[in-house]
Amino acid sequence: MGAIRLEKVKKTFGTLDVIPGVDLDINDGEFVVFVGPSGCGKSTLLRLIAGLEDVTDGKILINGVDVANEAPAKRGLSMVFQSYALYPHMTVYNNIAFGLKMAGESKAVIDEKVQNAAKILNLTDYLERRPGALSGGQRQRVAIGRAIVRNPAAFLFDEPLSNLDAALRVNMRLEITGLHQELKTTMIYVTHDQVEAMTMADKIVVLQAGRVEQVGKPMDLYNNPANKFVAGFIGSPKMNFIGGDYAKKHDCHEIGIRPEHVAVSTESGDLPATVKIAEHLGAETYLHVNAGGFGPMTVRATGEVPLGEHDKIWLTPEQDRIHRFDANGIALGKL
Amino acid sequence: MSTRSSTLTGRIMSAPSIIALFLWMIVPLGMTIYFSFLRYNLLSPGMEEWVGTLNYEFFLTDPAFFASLANTLLLVGSVLVITVIGGVLLGLMLDQPIFGRGILRLLVIAPFFIMPTVNALVWKNLLMHPVSGMFAWIANSLGFQSIDWFSEAPLTAIIIMVSWQWLPFAVLILLTALQSLDRDQKEAAQMDGAGPVSIFFYITLPHLSRAITVVVLIETIFLLTVFAEIFVTTGGGPGLATTNIAFLVYTQALLQYDVGGASAGGIVAVVLANIVAIFLIRLIGKNLDR
Amino acid sequence: MENKQTPLGHIGFSIFAWIVGLLIFFPIFWMVLTSFKTELEAVSIPPSFISFDWTLENYAEVQARSDYFRFAMNSVILSVGSTLVGLLFAVPCAWAMAFNPTKRTKDALLWMLSTKMMPPVGVLVPIYLVFRDWGLLDTRFGLIMVLFLMNLPIMVWMLYTYFKEIPSDILEAARMDGATLPKEIIFVLLPMAVPGIASTMLLNIILAWNEAFWTLNLTTADAAPLTAFIASYSSPEGLFWSKLSAASTLAVAPILIIGWFSQKQLVRGLTFGAVK
Repeated sequence: MGAIRLEKVKKTFGTLDVIPGVDLDINDGEFVVFVGPSGCGKSTLLRLIAGLEDVTDGKILINGVDVANEAPAKRGLSMVFQSYALYPHMTVYNNIAFGLKMAGESKAVIDEKVQNAAKILNLTDYLERRPGALSGGQRQRVAIGRAIVRNPAAFLFDEPLSNLDAALRVNMRLEITGLHQELKTTMIYVTHDQVEAMTMADKIVVLQAGRVEQVGKPMDLYNNPANKFVAGFIGSPKMNFIGGDYAKKHDCHEIGIRPEHVAVSTESGDLPATVKIAEHLGAETYLHVNAGGFGPMTVRATGEVPLGEHDKIWLTPEQDRIHRFDANGIALGKL
Repeated sequence: MSTRSSTLTGRIMSAPSIIALFLWMIVPLGMTIYFSFLRYNLLSPGMEEWVGTLNYEFFLTDPAFFASLANTLLLVGSVLVITVIGGVLLGLMLDQPIFGRGILRLLVIAPFFIMPTVNALVWKNLLMHPVSGMFAWIANSLGFQSIDWFSEAPLTAIIIMVSWQWLPFAVLILLTALQSLDRDQKEAAQMDGAGPVSIFFYITLPHLSRAITVVVLIETIFLLTVFAEIFVTTGGGPGLATTNIAFLVYTQALLQYDVGGASAGGIVAVVLANIVAIFLIRLIGKNLDR
Repeated sequence: MENKQTPLGHIGFSIFAWIVGLLIFFPIFWMVLTSFKTELEAVSIPPSFISFDWTLENYAEVQARSDYFRFAMNSVILSVGSTLVGLLFAVPCAWAMAFNPTKRTKDALLWMLSTKMMPPVGVLVPIYLVFRDWGLLDTRFGLIMVLFLMNLPIMVWMLYTYFKEIPSDILEAARMDGATLPKEIIFVLLPMAVPGIASTMLLNIILAWNEAFWTLNLTTADAAPLTAFIASYSSPEGLFWSKLSAASTLAVAPILIIGWFSQKQLVRGLTFGAVK
């Protein structure tokens, strides 16, 4: 069981409000991703839940019990660190067993749990090695193994994939998702990478400057961003924002349109544009264009598109995919 | 990592060291300052009385003070010049690929680990003795008159001994700094057409400037209070020729039992050392922020 | 620069470097050599380099005449003792400063450093008087305290710079794993800090062994270490160079060996982390 509830959680460092006050509900078994640009307070929020930092004010309820003043170990949570934070002087076995030893478990119980975790994570052959002799992905798995054996109420992940190379990152992403499906334990996952957020989360919490901008399912955030910040942050390449007359036509201050929601034609369309750079990826093509009075835009066309520098094209945004924002960047809903 | 309990534990854990150091330095320093305003001689106990700044007036107008101040500055200055220039040259030398470089480096830094009393007596007797010393023999075999170092050039002799002791310190630190110099930088300079001399002045020396500053400051602090080398060789003489401030304070305190005068001298030494210390602490403090 | 050297230039430079190195090392070499000579050969002109009767007599006599062993024991007790006491104080302090820094940590560190800048003559008088009044003059306990306090700032600093290199993540992981503070320090921090602690200890042993202000001023006989023992040779009686050399060789040999082993780590301690 691991339902976590934050009530008016506040954190200040000196006079600096890092987290001005967050309310959040995390259901048992949910995979929640905190996402935001660096410095948005997502890691601090995670560390507050872990107990590695004191809350300045507010309550942290785990299964209904306020743990805001408990030591980290008493909260029944496990954490996987960005740097893995393995104990370099211990073998893989002892790394995984350390928490159980601290809890005073018997040797037999420890051995059973460690072997079991090692099997799940494909680490059985490496148990006698030291972390220094492992690859990045293996270290990551040891860190996860250390978290698993304690049967925590919830797992906390602090940007766990950011030290891995791109190919390994995709693999580990799938492994962690698989692990969640198998264990069905609550997981809170911090990342600055919106792709990780979109692909892994049951629920995404978008943070900026310590405030929650929006909470919701990945596709909700994609389709119905609450404001310009969320709209720009979720989705890649980034949403295009267009102000001026074209926005006025839609009765708003600014409109946003995702690159994948603009049709490209060489003959006709709403907006004339000139290609500046075309990035050919094979399955799709990113066109960085100059759209006359609207300034630079990015457009995504599927498949191979035979366009290059200086080519003149026409763009037509899909009308029902246009997001409208007021002067404060708040979404106005679709027309 | 800042939780209330950890901050508190931190305080408790660091308190013993801080309190111990406080008792060791600040309290005696306060006593020294207090004594420096007293007429206080160990030979006439119970006669202590407040004399204001009289001890300072005596100490600072004593010809012995000027002589020892001059000796202190001469000693510190000469040793600094010798060790820094020698340290840079030896550092550059040891940074080159040499046969048996590791062993050679051990030989060069060895003097630093020799205790000061051994250093002084070995130099005084085995090397600088006017009749049987190595230097006398070399001078005689080359047809020169041998020098009686400790009566003809006593301060020079002390300077040589102290320099020999501290040269390895400079080498060790400057060599470490040299080895941290990015090879790419040198190679980029070579690509830009810089010769060895320009590389030294435009790349190596600026890179070393920090380390040199550290060497100068730390050596100054230790050299201001050179004691054992003087104590076992010349005893400050002949006359006052090798008395530095530290030794002068020592003679006043433990040979003449003039606590008041020695305290005033001690405070003068503290002030001199602090002028240097302020710069060193600033430098290290800046380093701490990085 | 070096890769342009010709093989011949390389050899020439090596020879030059070795001559310079041997010249610097010569006083030590000469001291060791003299310790194996008879007193007569020691003062003979021209000096004899190899062609003399090697003898171990001086070493035997140093012990017989002046009870060398007792001074050596004092040196060991003082340097090791002050280092161990120092660790006891410095490890918790450095831990707190490295992992639980507060706004005042930096000031505290710099203040500690500043006490090291204080010339010992500035506090000689009160320390001497306090030692005299408390009966600490010429006691090992008194000197251990002095040497420990003298080197405490260096110990804290050195350990601090080593602890700073240990990622705090790892200690937090231990905390998440349920380790209490003592367990966190014993099972996680200390094993990782062993190299740093070892070099801190070595530097302190070297500094305490060679310390020659307080050991000369606060001891007379009972607690006197080798620095004072050697200093007693400054008032010679008869021929004594070989014996002085033998005694000196014995006094510096252990520290020279320790120093050679730890030379790389010493730089950090000696410069308070300003040069690494």
